[in-house]
Amino acid sequence: MKRTRYLEIGTSSGYLLLLAVLGVLVAGGAGAAWFMEHQGHHVTGMDNQVAWGMPHVFAVFLIVAASGALNVASIGSVFAKVEYKPLARLSGLLAIALLAGGLAILVLDLGRPDRLIVAMTNYNFKSIFAWNIFLYNGFFLIVAIYLWTLMDPSVAKYGKRIGLLAIGWRLVLTTGTGSIFGFLVARQAYDAAILAPYFIVLSLAFGMAAFILVMLVAFNGSGRTLGGALLGRLRNLLGVFIAIALLVVTTYYLTNLYAAEHQATVRMILLDGGSVTTTFWIGQVLLGSLIPLGLIYHPLFRDSRPALASASVLVVLGGLATMYVIIIGGQSVPLVLFPGMEVSSSFFDGSFNPYAPSLPEMALGLGGGALALLLVALGVRVLPFLPDALPDTAAD
Amino acid sequence: MSEQPIDRYRRRLLGGAVAAGTLTLAPGLFLHRLAEAKPDADPVTSIIRWGLLVDTNRCASNCTACVDACRDEHGWTGHDRPRSDAQWIRKVELRDPATGREVSLPMMCQHCAKPPCVDVCPTGASFKRADGIVLVDKHICIGCRYCMLACPYKARSFIHEELSHQKPYSPRGKGTVEGCTLCVHRIDVGQEPACVEACTADGRGALLFGDLNDPKSAIYQALAEHPSTQVRADLNLDLGVRYRGL
Repeated sequence: MKRTRYLEIGTSSGYLLLLAVLGVLVAGGAGAAWFMEHQGHHVTGMDNQVAWGMPHVFAVFLIVAASGALNVASIGSVFAKVEYKPLARLSGLLAIALLAGGLAILVLDLGRPDRLIVAMTNYNFKSIFAWNIFLYNGFFLIVAIYLWTLMDPSVAKYGKRIGLLAIGWRLVLTTGTGSIFGFLVARQAYDAAILAPYFIVLSLAFGMAAFILVMLVAFNGSGRTLGGALLGRLRNLLGVFIAIALLVVTTYYLTNLYAAEHQATVRMILLDGGSVTTTFWIGQVLLGSLIPLGLIYHPLFRDSRPALASASVLVVLGGLATMYVIIIGGQSVPLVLFPGMEVSSSFFDGSFNPYAPSLPEMALGLGGGALALLLVALGVRVLPFLPDALPDTAAD
Repeated sequence: MSEQPIDRYRRRLLGGAVAAGTLTLAPGLFLHRLAEAKPDADPVTSIIRWGLLVDTNRCASNCTACVDACRDEHGWTGHDRPRSDAQWIRKVELRDPATGREVSLPMMCQHCAKPPCVDVCPTGASFKRADGIVLVDKHICIGCRYCMLACPYKARSFIHEELSHQKPYSPRGKGTVEGCTLCVHRIDVGQEPACVEACTADGRGALLFGDLNDPKSAIYQALAEHPSTQVRADLNLDLGVRYRGL
């Protein structure tokens, strides 16, 4: 196997156009955050019933995808599959970028983002959020060191160990993200230990889809050769991850359906939940899972890059739908304070809570996604993250 | 003899010094008097556990005296946006579908002994005082709203807009989370919470406030004598607010 050469990408007109588009989206997100902070959150679709909205949908998606984006690097170094190695740098870069994008959204949506320093200096160690602050910062640090071992031959010998730490860290990180919801004992749709492994499976799928898309765009855009053999492996992995995620979500709903106390909740999300129900069946199940599985496994699309790219785009959109169902759906279901009773109040007790995202929320979410991609685009321009070519011979 | 410029200067300097001294010392002396006036200047202690007993048999469905009193006391008037306006206390109407029996009750922060909002708060802004009152430290609340997701009772509200004309004893702020304080500012000077006072004066005396730890208190004796309920007792949060007649 020949030695891989890494090269920064050049500045083409297409590259500049990409930077411009992403820059506009990032500016839009920043503007939206400024508007929300000055007006107060009443300009959003969020309220005292649905306290976490579209910014959280985007942010949690990006954070979950970040940990999954490290898949390729982990397979290459920890599991010693050398054919994945040339892509490890891009995998690490994407992981850092996605996490940064997600965290930017989360911070800018705070009621008091100016108090970020308070969050960094006052810790309540019983809070999963407080743990996550450490887990996220640790992830940045570990992946940055990991990238260093990949790019600097003098420290390359530590690569395997730091890679092992990175894979362990990211499993804990995603467990922490899933536990943000899993530990909410009072909420009917949460309070489930399965949410932690569910988030890990989702991270594998979202991260893989994001990686495939970034990789295809990067290689095509810079005119570099990308062999089909490695793509075929990534395609299969993506298919397996989507299938496992479907299995876990089925288990989650079937288990809840068995318990009488959760039946009303499941009914609201799967049948009577308006936009939540539509997002589940059309977004998460059909567009986000079944059609991608068809595109991946149907013999008609074997070795088709457009099919793989489409499947990946759908998994990303389905991922956002999945987060919408978990985050918005979970809050739309009313808290049950008095089981078996009909409940009403001026504070919407006992009723399904509607939610409609506002433009600033969408702009903030999209801005965070664009920030992640902008970081990748800048990264591959200034540092040698991308192999100059990756023909099949390199992957054999 | 005409006054020398140097004397004028001395006089102004001395006058200024006296004024500055007065300004420096006076608030200290004044505050010292205030502190002495406070009946319970001692530190808050866990010997006391403040609590409420709601007798739903006495709570009328058309009565909102407790809600109105709380709103006046703390100034959480709305902006005609019911979904994002704060509600520290609300009347909840229950109906048993099997029998049609109806119950009306006030719902607010239940001042849990093991509050989920305190557990999840990343900065420690949600905290429980030694005497059982659950509060938000507005200075370190970052507005993440995790406590709102964790609270089983929907007792927390987020401030969605700029506020003005606040009550000095009940500070609130855009971008932070708030909820019932059990009128801690009144309790600390020996008064009952505003809702309890209003229910006694204008309602039917459905609210009983007192020390859950003191065997001689009326609330302790009432709880010892008659059955009572904690809402969502399955969560085992050991609530400071108890209900009768549910």
